[in-house]
Amino acid sequence: MGTPFIFIILAIVAIVAALMMVTSRNAVHSALWLVLNFATIAVFYVILNAPFIAMVQIIVYAGAIMVLFLFVIMLLGAERLRGATEARTGGERFHQIVAALLGVMLLAAVAVVLFSGESGGTAVTTPMDTSPQALGLNLFENYVFPFEVTGILLIVAIIGVAIFTLGKKRGAKT
Amino acid sequence: MTVTIDWYVALSAILFTIGALGVLLRRNAIVVFMCIEMMLNSANLLFVAFARHLGNLDGQVLVFFVIVVAAAEVAVGLALIVTIFRTKHSINIDEINLLKG
Repeated sequence: MGTPFIFIILAIVAIVAALMMVTSRNAVHSALWLVLNFATIAVFYVILNAPFIAMVQIIVYAGAIMVLFLFVIMLLGAERLRGATEARTGGERFHQIVAALLGVMLLAAVAVVLFSGESGGTAVTTPMDTSPQALGLNLFENYVFPFEVTGILLIVAIIGVAIFTLGKKRGAKT
Repeated sequence: MTVTIDWYVALSAILFTIGALGVLLRRNAIVVFMCIEMMLNSANLLFVAFARHLGNLDGQVLVFFVIVVAAAEVAVGLALIVTIFRTKHSINIDEINLLKG
């Protein structure tokens, strides 16, 4: 499952990219940091013997979805929020307290898992066939019904988006 | 020292935590969506890591379903954001309170 050196380097890049994504003020910068994070995770997929999923990750996530994000950001001109965005209202203070508690709890759980001495054991050593053919056979033999449901989900999403964006022309001005 | 599944669990949990904090702390709706994408991605990473750990291909197939759901969610969510921006000229999630009773 990779050597420790490569794992640590990649993990640092992924975590730094994630932190920069959350903290940068400009939404375009956030999107570009997220692309770096996705690319790093794609390298993890290659290490984990999943080359096809790594390619799908690059094409679908870092390609299609992030281009859609950047397109919408630049279309709306919403790089930064206008007006007084950093108003310290009571609700925002509450969010910060909840976020801090959640972060501390999750990281404490990670620490407990890592330092409890209970390991998940060693990985299997037999090589696994992860070619697109094997994945496709597994998909269409064991997961046919979920596959059909995701097809319906995509159709519904397309119709919903079309109604959202085209409905204004016919109806009266709202 | 070898890389075990625990390392991937820790990395995935850290990325998920950063994404959750972003959802709670950021006010820009588009950045909130990007944080949700990152949370989905950390779950995907764990799926693939466990598929490798257990020698089972099912985890990799499930990743495809997660990616499909994420793509549909992004399309609908961005259409919502564009529609809201047309009417309110803002994507600050604090100002989107039309459904408040």
